[in-house]
Amino acid sequence: MKNLKFLFTGMLFGIILVKAEVISWFRIQEMFRLESFHMYGVIGSAVFTAMLGVLLIRKMGWRSVNGEEIVVQKKPFTKGNIIGGLIFGLGWAITGACPGPIFAQIGSGFTVVIITFLSAVAGTWVYGKCKDRLPH
Amino acid sequence: MNFLKSPWPWYVAGPLIGLCVPLLMLIGNKALGISSSLRHICAACIPGKIPFFQYDWKKESWNLWFVGGIALGAAIVLLFFHNGRPVDLNPDTIAALRANGVQEFDELMPGDIFNWGNVASGTGLLFFITGGFLVGFGTRYANGCTSGHSIYGIATLQWPSLVATICFMAGGFAMTNYILPHLMRWLLL
Repeated sequence: MKNLKFLFTGMLFGIILVKAEVISWFRIQEMFRLESFHMYGVIGSAVFTAMLGVLLIRKMGWRSVNGEEIVVQKKPFTKGNIIGGLIFGLGWAITGACPGPIFAQIGSGFTVVIITFLSAVAGTWVYGKCKDRLPH
Repeated sequence: MNFLKSPWPWYVAGPLIGLCVPLLMLIGNKALGISSSLRHICAACIPGKIPFFQYDWKKESWNLWFVGGIALGAAIVLLFFHNGRPVDLNPDTIAALRANGVQEFDELMPGDIFNWGNVASGTGLLFFITGGFLVGFGTRYANGCTSGHSIYGIATLQWPSLVATICFMAGGFAMTNYILPHLMRWLLL
């Protein structure tokens, strides 16, 4: 039951992703061809709003509902940020989906994206398998 | 009702997406991030003997509920708030994609590419198998995706996330402008 709130937040997130059309393969093509401001506007204003929200939480010293101090997950730098980032970018442009939109595309009725999802799980698995042999 | 049916402009959708970051912090002290769900699925279903998948994924199960919610939310839009109109794209984009062999522009995704009939073809190998693999491999190698790095990471002022985001964009630009057009013309025309 404690996970229902995350299911619900995910539903909200999914509804917004579809309504923003950021799950559209067409919109991703348009973005990378620099032919529309839409995607840049969505991502830019999302970052800006999130930043303000986090700042407010810090300034006010708010805690999470279970009374814990809110911790920021650290993102240490590795060469993977660059190499993995480039690899993901290639895939993003092909599928028109980062991981969130993969789930939203499936929910939107493009059920064949289940294959994309399974292949993404396979990609993650192969990374885990080869991790120690890759530059980091 | 009209607002729920029509697509939302960037200045409505973007801030709503952004608000999910502080929301997840407040309701559960969680960091927005979606690609980790793929790792948890590996850890739960196919861990093998790989150290990278040996951890208590159940502790991170909120993330699986969250991505399940994303699919459900999308289904709710499809069932109740579907407007059934094509995406309002730049005509230049449509012309360029048409020249590369895309035929259907009446939904969120090109139906002539994203259908089950293509699974066992070169088109499916590129758009589903190869594309999906690169997304799964790349995001884990980069330690995050658009949500975890580009939104959460940058919003919490972490420079490695900015580096990752620049690389996401560079990869996307290269694929869209220099590689994909050739592959599409070869596969679709």
